[in-house]
Amino acid sequence: MELHFGANGVATQVKVALKRTALNAAHNAAGAKMVEFGGWEMPVEYSGIMQEHLAVRTRAGLFDVSHMGEIELRGRQALSLLQYITSNDASRLKVCQAQYSALMYPSGSVVDDCVVHRLGEDHFFLCVNAANTDKDFDWIVEHNSFDADVRNVSSDYSQLALQGPRAADILAKVTDTDLAALKYYWVCRATCCGVEGWLARTGYTGEDGFEFYFPPTESEPVWEKLLAAGKPEGLIPAGLGARNTLRLEAAYPLYGHELDEETTLLEAGLGWICKFDKEDFIGREALLAQKQHGIRKKLVGLEMAGRGIARDAYPVWIDNRVVGRVSSGSYAPYLKKNIGLAYVPPEYAETGREIQVEIRGSRVAARLAPLPFYKRSRA
Amino acid sequence: MPELGDEGLMYPPELLYTKDHEWIRVDESIGTIGITDYAQQQLGDIVFVELPKPGDHVTAKETFGTVESVKAVSEVYSPVTGEIVAVNSKLQDAPEKINADPHGNAWLIRVRLADHHEIEALMTAEQYQAYLKEEAGH
Repeated sequence: MELHFGANGVATQVKVALKRTALNAAHNAAGAKMVEFGGWEMPVEYSGIMQEHLAVRTRAGLFDVSHMGEIELRGRQALSLLQYITSNDASRLKVCQAQYSALMYPSGSVVDDCVVHRLGEDHFFLCVNAANTDKDFDWIVEHNSFDADVRNVSSDYSQLALQGPRAADILAKVTDTDLAALKYYWVCRATCCGVEGWLARTGYTGEDGFEFYFPPTESEPVWEKLLAAGKPEGLIPAGLGARNTLRLEAAYPLYGHELDEETTLLEAGLGWICKFDKEDFIGREALLAQKQHGIRKKLVGLEMAGRGIARDAYPVWIDNRVVGRVSSGSYAPYLKKNIGLAYVPPEYAETGREIQVEIRGSRVAARLAPLPFYKRSRA
Repeated sequence: MPELGDEGLMYPPELLYTKDHEWIRVDESIGTIGITDYAQQQLGDIVFVELPKPGDHVTAKETFGTVESVKAVSEVYSPVTGEIVAVNSKLQDAPEKINADPHGNAWLIRVRLADHHEIEALMTAEQYQAYLKEEAGH
């Protein structure tokens, strides 16, 4: 048997020099399978990806996502800097509101995608990808001709994601914060499990849920108390494996897969975070030109019709030639189908088109499917 | 990782094992082949199996099929050379059986051995468990 991991950015070998979150010992004690991800040793699964995925869709799951980076921008010119380096319009954010955005290259491709939280009038808090944190920080500092105070505060925070339809019920047991008042993509100062931190109603699973940023020294008690509080609702710890399949069903992009230095925001279907009516930003010109002249490739969803699982980088065939590649592919545990995201030329991108995915030398039938694959029904 | 403690009976003594984590049970000229408990644990939830057809030939140390979990693709290597006489077709619709019963009902293929001497190079259960322990130490 020869294992080929890496399909979802997950490798099997745990090297010595990996960074560890404050919950590393707790994960090992819980029997987690640990893997390398973005320079970190992280839990890929505890009880199994299927069970964890289904728990998040039907009840709740708790993820340690402390590997994610946090960068703070402060000062009277913090907003000006942010407006210049990101594609979304941060001036529209009220204090305690958050938005999905991207740090831009001049080419219209992205340095990283991120969530921007406005914690104060002149105080912004960016949650960025673990593997990109240093690159992002250096990029921001390099373009800080605005006299903003930029700090990489990643080591000041643990981050837990409590996700699923029962997340609010569970969290209500360990906080006095009025969760009904905390709307989707809003953030507040909150005390959870006796620990103060930033509580955001955000996530990467396609479910309702919360992300809590708090001091790493408090990680174990918060983790244990949340798991205990959620036990009656069926809360279980969930790893990066389920996080990946959940985000894929919800068709959320993952940097290094759907997003990279070669792919523009428009090609990735993220035109909705390109705000051309705000002041100039890095990449604006390239994006406008592409809007006028057309994109080179387009992100599409696919569903396998024949037997086989589409995996990352597998070739996509249309009209007897390779026209693109799968960017993320997997069995979808909730939908119980084999699904994928892929880039194809825009002229082929219409939903329903019959395509083929090349799997170990054989072409297997698939068709283009509407995105997202999964969308929760909101109450 | 399975616990490789003192229980000793995790790996059935009547099977022979490869370093690639396949097993074979030899009954006279027929060998039944599957993947080990260690292999299924490493893979996680198995969701797809691709196997050859009866009549196809397999060669020792060469791949004959694929087992996929949610997150990983794994090729399976044959411990022996020979002709396939049976394929466990139940796995096509229920690949998760490999997680539940890797050394029993979830066998993958049966092969008529071409060269009985090939099995002499395989590990006993005891040797395989020692091999796993050694691997875990690295």
